[in-house]
Amino acid sequence: MSHKPEQPRLMKGNEALAESALRAGIHAYFGYPITPQSEILEYLTEHGRQYGCVVLQAESEIAAINMIYGAGGAGGRVMTSSSSPGISLMQEGLSYMACAEIPCLVVNVNRGGPGLGTIQPAQGDYFQATKGGGHGDYRLIVLAPSSVQEMADFVFEGFRLAEKYRNPAFILTDGALGQMMEKVILPPAGSLPHPEKPWATVGKPKHRERNILTSLHIESEKMEKVNHRLQEKYTALQREARHEAFQTDDAEVLLVAYGLSARICQKAMELAREKGIRAGVLRPITLYPFPSKAVAGAAEQASNVLVVELNSGQMIEDVKLAVNGRRPVHFKGRMGGIIISPEEVLAEIEHIVEHTQVEHV
Amino acid sequence: MQRSHEIIFAGFGGQGILSMGQILGYAAMIEGKEVSWMPSYGPEMRGGTANCIVIISPGRISSPIITQFDSAVALNQPSVEKFEKRLKSNGLMMYEESTVITPPTREDLRILSIPAVSEAIAMGKKQVANMIMLGAFLSVQPLVRKESVMDALSKVLPERHHHLLPLNEQALDVGKGLVSRIEAGVAH
Repeated sequence: MSHKPEQPRLMKGNEALAESALRAGIHAYFGYPITPQSEILEYLTEHGRQYGCVVLQAESEIAAINMIYGAGGAGGRVMTSSSSPGISLMQEGLSYMACAEIPCLVVNVNRGGPGLGTIQPAQGDYFQATKGGGHGDYRLIVLAPSSVQEMADFVFEGFRLAEKYRNPAFILTDGALGQMMEKVILPPAGSLPHPEKPWATVGKPKHRERNILTSLHIESEKMEKVNHRLQEKYTALQREARHEAFQTDDAEVLLVAYGLSARICQKAMELAREKGIRAGVLRPITLYPFPSKAVAGAAEQASNVLVVELNSGQMIEDVKLAVNGRRPVHFKGRMGGIIISPEEVLAEIEHIVEHTQVEHV
Repeated sequence: MQRSHEIIFAGFGGQGILSMGQILGYAAMIEGKEVSWMPSYGPEMRGGTANCIVIISPGRISSPIITQFDSAVALNQPSVEKFEKRLKSNGLMMYEESTVITPPTREDLRILSIPAVSEAIAMGKKQVANMIMLGAFLSVQPLVRKESVMDALSKVLPERHHHLLPLNEQALDVGKGLVSRIEAGVAH
């Protein structure tokens, strides 16, 4: 099969993600509009039919996630997307799917909260995404893109991981990455193979027992067995931890940031280096599994760690666990949908360096 | 180009601010440059001001969101006031003449007032004022070639609007001509 090479396109993050989902061969998308991610539903509504994809605006986010549960259980490659308040409504369904081990992809284009909050970009949903936002003892596979290119690529990666581990995968992005345009080279359609799903509920043939997908295990002994199986899976997942490092080899101040914040930190790093301060950036790509070893390793060589997030300090807890007290871990953040500027981060870097020098005298 | 160029386009919703940035971004991408286009999408989109940050770079773009710009193209008074102070020293402030009452005053900037709206009205199509501004901007900051802009327009505009391509090309030329006239005649 010969493909003509993909031409770069200038696309919004939300649209690149939606087009990529169609190229990933999703069978169905169920969603409900909410700013700043409505372009995903709009794009899929317009283009889904060409790909034979079922696109349905559900009556609510709760309905959408339960449609995903059903269609995913039947073996479909399925996706939904929303933004913060809508994602909260989906937590029950996510917990059910984690327990029933249904692969799917859920996208959160994070906006400022709590509550209905603001439609501007934020990273306040880190805890919810990475610590199991619903009830019970479960985890999602969480990918955090930081460019429009990755908004497209991580759809493929999300489905690959979700299907490999039979677990819901989650893309945690934000309003800015959803709305901005950048150059993107889309993955070719049909390049993500559909694995066998012998567990899917597609009707019982004579040669095997019934497939049952459920999240109800009334007997504690049976429930605990499921718990152990899930925990073993999460342990196995750790090998999928990914990160990206920028000039961390000689960094005296190690910045740790994900998604949009990581881009801002790279600019702050450039500004700091112009001033002779050796800053470096480590960007977790998977937020769960968290790249703890990489963070610990990079922190080892720095004298200070600075975590930058668009929230009050959430990922910093995972960074502190990774660093385990060996280095001071500082925090700088903005909330409310305000995007921190590279200059604000630079000021914090300078403050840390100054403070460290005083201590050494 | 040696280094990245960071531009803010700003004005009221409906003036074609976001398209101006998008067309420039697309043209730069056609020329193989790295591009980011970051729009405002908040409540200001609903009737108030609109702006977009465009970064064009020979290499990888770090932050798509910045607070200091090389150039500003302003199509209303609030935008001049907001972004004059966010320009780097020796930066360019280009504003649309009829929409700005109090012009910018910083002495370390290159300031150009472009009568884009009146020229667009003279051309019989008020909507091309943004393309006149873009033409003027590109004659001062030649970040992309005109052919690339036209190429971008033919990709961005739906086919049913392709009969407007010559008018847009004319608007780009008018913008360029305005800058030459201003620089030859009126002192700045």
